[in-house]
Amino acid sequence: MNYKVLVVDDSKLARMVMASAFRRIRPDWSLIETPNADEALATVSKGAVDIALIDFNMPGTDGLELIAKIRKSYPGMPVAVVSANVQDEIIGRARQLDAGFIAKPLTDEALEAFLSGAALRLRKGAK
Amino acid sequence: MNLNASDLTEIEQDALAEIANMGVSRAASSLRQMVGEQVLLSVPAVRIVTREAASKLVERNNAKKLVAVQQSFEGPFAGKALLIFPEAQSLELVRSIVGDEHSLEDVIDLEQEALAETGNIILNGCLATIANVLHRTMRMSLPSIVRGDGATLFEVDGAASGGQFVLFLYIDFNIKSRDVHGFIALLMDLPSIAALKEIVHDFIRGIEQQSTGHVG
Repeated sequence: MNYKVLVVDDSKLARMVMASAFRRIRPDWSLIETPNADEALATVSKGAVDIALIDFNMPGTDGLELIAKIRKSYPGMPVAVVSANVQDEIIGRARQLDAGFIAKPLTDEALEAFLSGAALRLRKGAK
Repeated sequence: MNLNASDLTEIEQDALAEIANMGVSRAASSLRQMVGEQVLLSVPAVRIVTREAASKLVERNNAKKLVAVQQSFEGPFAGKALLIFPEAQSLELVRSIVGDEHSLEDVIDLEQEALAETGNIILNGCLATIANVLHRTMRMSLPSIVRGDGATLFEVDGAASGGQFVLFLYIDFNIKSRDVHGFIALLMDLPSIAALKEIVHDFIRGIEQQSTGHVG
């Protein structure tokens, strides 16, 4: 199954890094990139997103606030915070929102581990 | 060493250097991962100096034209973290991160972006590690890019005067095969040094308890 993944990051370079990792490990999945929370919410509300990968430190609404908003309509969507801000507090808050945490600099291994888990969760949910 | 009235004791300086070392080591490993090459680091230095003296330390072995990615932080103590390098090397640094397959035009196009995100990753990793070591939480601003000499970077002529004392932690990095070098620097406002002392004491106490408690 090929899933649609939303990538939210205000940095174009960070989105390029993410896209390049997907080309290596999940070339058949489709990516939707947005630079901020507002555009991300608009995309999610169209119902076209299976999985979301969200930067924490963004202008306006931050990544954790965005996830809290997404959770209201999509409590089961696999979501991860992608950030270099590896503070225990940030990781703890992500966990409270039932979101994963992927550290920057991004590695294929960390992304792979999250995506495998996400795909499993989506397959179970679909049954 | 530039010592001062509101000074830190030797053990406090040692502890701070060690904490800073953990942060910048994380920063160096992030940088290494991003450029895919070995990054050499100096031993971190801790000084209490004026902003002006700090700016001179950064200029010492460098051209006067510098680029810095900076992030402010606040929490148990407040200040600024900077990734600094000579302006002439910024394109080479960007190229080492986005890969040599990109054309010079692409690299110029991406320069701001790449510098901001690189700084964000390196400085966040550094500050977050320090926060975790101290069991405290820090808030960090978005990254911004500053160009100029040391005085501009450290706002020697700004609202906070150049004569004002700050706690200055810095470390040199060198990307071996690229001839790219620079600094990772933390600048902390002195009004928060009392808070800092308390935090450092907690940290030292934690180590003492560990060493008198279980092995390992």
